[in-house]
Amino acid sequence: MSEIRYTKDHEYLRIEGAEGVVGISEYAQQQLGDVVFAETPPLGKALKRGDPAAVVESVKAASDVLAPASGEVVAVNAEVESAPGIINEDALGRGWLFRIKLADAKELDGLMDEAAYADYLKTLG
Amino acid sequence: MNEASNQKTPLHALHIELGARVAPFAGYDMPIHYPSGVLAEHLHTRKFAGLFDVSHMGQALIEGDDHNTVAAFLETLCPADLLNLAPGRQRYTQLLNDDGGIVDDLMVTRPPGADGALRLVVNASRKAVDFALIRRRMPSRLRLTPLAEAALIALQGPLAASTLARLAPAEGLETMPFMSARPARIVDFEIFVSRSGYTGEDGFEVSLASTQAENLARILLTEPDVAPIGLGARDSLRLEAGLCLYGHELGETVDPVEAALAWSVQKRRRIDGGFPGARRIQDALANGPGRQRVGVRPDGRAPARDGAKIASPDGAPIGVLTSGGFGPSVGGPIAMGFVARAYSTVGTPISLIVRGKPLSARVVALPFYPHAYYRG
Repeated sequence: MSEIRYTKDHEYLRIEGAEGVVGISEYAQQQLGDVVFAETPPLGKALKRGDPAAVVESVKAASDVLAPASGEVVAVNAEVESAPGIINEDALGRGWLFRIKLADAKELDGLMDEAAYADYLKTLG
Repeated sequence: MNEASNQKTPLHALHIELGARVAPFAGYDMPIHYPSGVLAEHLHTRKFAGLFDVSHMGQALIEGDDHNTVAAFLETLCPADLLNLAPGRQRYTQLLNDDGGIVDDLMVTRPPGADGALRLVVNASRKAVDFALIRRRMPSRLRLTPLAEAALIALQGPLAASTLARLAPAEGLETMPFMSARPARIVDFEIFVSRSGYTGEDGFEVSLASTQAENLARILLTEPDVAPIGLGARDSLRLEAGLCLYGHELGETVDPVEAALAWSVQKRRRIDGGFPGARRIQDALANGPGRQRVGVRPDGRAPARDGAKIASPDGAPIGVLTSGGFGPSVGGPIAMGFVARAYSTVGTPISLIVRGKPLSARVVALPFYPHAYYRG
């Protein structure tokens, strides 16, 4: 079973064993509106937590997606580059951006679980 | 920004009811988009008809003894030929500072039957500056009256004319010439309507008493092809249409020739001058401006935004983007910006610095999406 974690900047990290799948949260896609462009990181890139890793742009604005945890990029979602609208349709599923090999399991403690993220969203009004 | 400090338009309650996302714009709480989103609203306007609340814009009347008096005064501030503006016609022009820089861009309308009155529509963010400038320069026999109690509703798109014609069958609004304006009666409302807009589509702008604006908007929105459109789509529509936005393409350091608005300076004014900064503008007309507003198309899918630096293919700085984003009807990224004249020819390869990396692009003709103005 997978577990999902969130950052304050609205990235999600779905933990799948020693790897994590990264995308933007349902809240983030709603805030951005219609996504018209997505850029994923190069395969093999070593990301540090907080590094700008991907870009998601809507009609309204450009948004950097920061790495929620450190690790090497082991897969990217080519489909979001050709059909970025799937991020709006299914941010947590088909709209994933990239997959990393988690470098430091302790970093996960600094992320919010589903309940904590829901509480955090309430504070944003 | 403190929410309480923002003004609200007469349609504010309706926007909230329609589920708009509201954000501050030029001191007003304005609808940025409705639940359907910017993309759908944009495409709806190109295909059907979109209703825009533009009541934040500054409407005003300048009055004097006769048309020549009022037009001659305004010609001391604007480079358009206003003396020869026929009754019932409107013109796009700019208020200029003493260096020929653009204080604001505006529409000037001579109401039919009026001899000694011109209507102005100026940008919301500039109305205080504009009205102060006009009053400072205005002879005492003229009067400037801001129409603070008037709302402004734009209906834009290929079905705008048939929609208005259905509601006012006797008025003949559907055959009004482009850039004409007149009073009319629609349902029970006395309006002042112009055939113009800011989307590149056929359309109308309707000025009426703010107390009646919500009623008219509700009636228009019950028409089958009309949807409410927010400022987000207004911006993407005007960008595709290659139209300037004050604070982006236009500002106090930009003259009309640099802004590729020389078409709005009529021949008599080019020759005779008599407007602020005439020497600079006449020189730019004769010898070409040092920099020029151009259309820009990035080669890939990545949009480039306002503020991105423009470089030559070998990396020399040559300009800056002033607007940029995704063109929903174009289906790709589009932008406008200013480049040194040597790089302003259509087809010139340039590069845009986006997130620190050069993005290849080229200079293209404007508009990005063909205008569909009513031509009779």
